[in-house]
Amino acid sequence: MNRIKQKLQEDKKILSIYFTAGYPKLDDTVKIIQDLEKNGVDLIEIGLPFSDPLADGPTIQESSTIALKNGMHTELLFEQLKDIRETVSIPLIIMGYFNPIFQYGVEAFCQKCKDIGIDGLILPDLPLDVYQEEYETIFKKYGLINVFLITPQTGEARIRAIDKASDGFIYMVSSASTTGAKSGFGAEQTQYFDRVAAMELNNPQIVGFGISNAETFDQATKNTKGAIIGSAFIKHLTQNGVDHISDFVNQIR
Amino acid sequence: MSYHADERGYYGEFGGAYIPEMLYPNCEELRQNYLRIMAEPSFQEEFHQLLKDYVGRPTPLYFAKRLSEKYNTKIYLKREDLCHTGAHKVNNTIGQILMAKKLGKNRIIAETGAGQHGVATATVCALMGIKCVVYMGEIDIARQAPNVARMKMLGAEVRPALSGSRTLKDATNEAIRDWINNPVDTHYIIGSVVGPHPYPDMVARFQSVISEEVKSQLLEKEGRKNPDYVVACVGGGSNAAGAFYHYLDEAEVGIIAVEAAGKGIHSGESAATSALGKVGIIHGSKTLLMQTADGQITEPYSISAGLDYPGVGPLHAHLYVSGRGEFISITDDEAMKAGLGLCELEGIIPAIESSHALAIFEDRKFKEDDVVVVNLSGRGDKDLQNYIDYFGL
Repeated sequence: MNRIKQKLQEDKKILSIYFTAGYPKLDDTVKIIQDLEKNGVDLIEIGLPFSDPLADGPTIQESSTIALKNGMHTELLFEQLKDIRETVSIPLIIMGYFNPIFQYGVEAFCQKCKDIGIDGLILPDLPLDVYQEEYETIFKKYGLINVFLITPQTGEARIRAIDKASDGFIYMVSSASTTGAKSGFGAEQTQYFDRVAAMELNNPQIVGFGISNAETFDQATKNTKGAIIGSAFIKHLTQNGVDHISDFVNQIR
Repeated sequence: MSYHADERGYYGEFGGAYIPEMLYPNCEELRQNYLRIMAEPSFQEEFHQLLKDYVGRPTPLYFAKRLSEKYNTKIYLKREDLCHTGAHKVNNTIGQILMAKKLGKNRIIAETGAGQHGVATATVCALMGIKCVVYMGEIDIARQAPNVARMKMLGAEVRPALSGSRTLKDATNEAIRDWINNPVDTHYIIGSVVGPHPYPDMVARFQSVISEEVKSQLLEKEGRKNPDYVVACVGGGSNAAGAFYHYLDEAEVGIIAVEAAGKGIHSGESAATSALGKVGIIHGSKTLLMQTADGQITEPYSISAGLDYPGVGPLHAHLYVSGRGEFISITDDEAMKAGLGLCELEGIIPAIESSHALAIFEDRKFKEDDVVVVNLSGRGDKDLQNYIDYFGL
C-alpha cells in the first residue's frame, strides 16, 4: 500500500513538514529528511524550487531563490534522493510548480519518483481538469497520489469533485492567502473547518497555511486529520541551520 | 483552423488556466460572466462612449507619405499613440474597469513594467473613484520615475515588487499573490493578452477596437477593408492582438508580429520569445516562454520595457506555431534608428516598442502597391531619456 494511505490509517493527528530542497545549503536535503523522521514527523513535503512560485509568500520565495542560486535542479534532487529509502520509511511528497515537471517530462518525472520511493505530488498550478484529462493515468501508473487543494472560497460542488478525484488526502488551505502570510486562526477559519468536516468527505483533510506552533497545530487539527507547517520551519532553518531540527518539532507536539 | 479562444481558453495547444486553486473562484467568476457582461447593451454603450469622449477614439489611420516613399510601398500608421495616456493600453483598462464595476468589485490591482499599463489603470480608477494598487518591480520603479509620479498623482498606490528579478515578471507574480490574498473584493486588471483564461481573450476583445476601426478607415481611404499586411510589435502582445483581431480569419491579410531581439537573438540579452522560447507555463497560461532546460523562467532583455516579457500571449504562440503569423525580431539598434527615422520623416516621436514594428522595412521588402498597416501602439514621450542617452541628444 502507498505509504501515505498507510500513514493516514493510523489513529493520530498527522504532522507534515515542508522544506525547500537545496536550502539552506545545497546538500542539506537528506539530513533534513532523516532528522524530521527521527523526531516523529509523519509526512514530509520536499519542495522543488521554482523561479516564480505564485502561491508562496516571502519566506518560501526567498528559500526557493537561494536554493536555485545554490544550484538545485530537478535531476540533482533525484540524485540526492536516490538512496533515501535505505534510511527512511516516512511518506515523501514532492511539492512544486508544474513547469519544471512539464519540462522534465511528466512521465519521466513520475517514473523517477517511483524508482526513488516518492509517494505523492502536490502541484498547486496543475488544475483538476487538466490533471484528469492528461495526467491522471500516468500518475496512477507509477503509484503516485496527487494531492489537491481547497480554500475557504471553494464551493461545495467543487469540493465534492476534488474529493472524488483524490485518493489520499485533501490539502485544506486555511485562509485566502499565500504561504506564511497569516498566523493563527479566527472564527472564520474554525467555521470553514467545521463546514468541510460536516461534508463527510471520502478523503481526510490536512490543513496548511498559518500553522507555526503547538497552539495553531492543535486548532487546525481539532476537526481534521492533520496539519502542514512550511514557512515557520523554513524560518527555523534560516535561524538555526539543520542541527536543531528536534527543537522545532518538539515545540509542535 | 480557429485563431480564437475556445470555451476553455485554448488557442490550439496554448492557453488554458494553470492556476492554483486559490485563484479558481476569481477566474471562474470572470469566465462565467465576461462574455455576457460584454454583450450587455448598457456595457457596450458606456464602453464606446468612454472610448470616444475620454480616450479620443477613433484614432486616425494616417497615410505616412514620406515613410512610404522611402520604402517604396504604402504604409498606414494606426495612431494609438494619440490615445489618452499615450498608448493603446487604455482601451483595455476602460473595458476592465467597467467589467469590475459590473462584478461589484471595489478594489483594483494591476502589474506594470515601464508604467504604461499602470498609468492607464490608475487613470480609469481615478475616473471611476475606485481604489487602485499597482505592483511594479523595484528596478523598474527606479528607472521609470516619471510614470511612478503619474500613477501617484492619479491616486494609485505603487507597491514595489521585491522578489525575484524585481521587474515585470515579478510585479505580475506579486499582483497574482495580492489577488490570492484578496479574492472577494478585488479585480485584477491584467495589462496584456497573457495570464489564465479568460484574460487573453477578454483583453484581445477590448483591444479589437483597433482593427475594427482600421477596417472602416481603410475602406474610406483605399476602397477596401483589408490591407495586404498588418504589422505590430509583440511583448505580451495586446496591441498586436487588437490590430490583428478582425484580420485573423482573413487569409489574404498577412500578419506580421515583431519581437525585441535586444542585443541580438543569441546574445543572451534578448526578448525574442518565438525564437528562444519553449512550451511551458507562465502566469497561469500554457504558451511559449523563455526558460532554462530545467524549467526556470529566465529574465528577458530589451531596451524597450514594454517588450521585456519572458513569455508571449497564447494567441501569438498559436499564430507562430501554426504559421499564420510571420515573426520578425528587431534589435535595440534597429528599433532606435527606426524611431528617429519616423521623427525625421513624419514628425512623430514613437514609443520604442512601436519603433520595433517600424524597423522591419529596412530588411522586409514589400511590393510598391502593397498596403501595410503598422500599429503605432504608443508615443515616445516616456522614452525621451532613452532616446537622449542613445543618440547623445
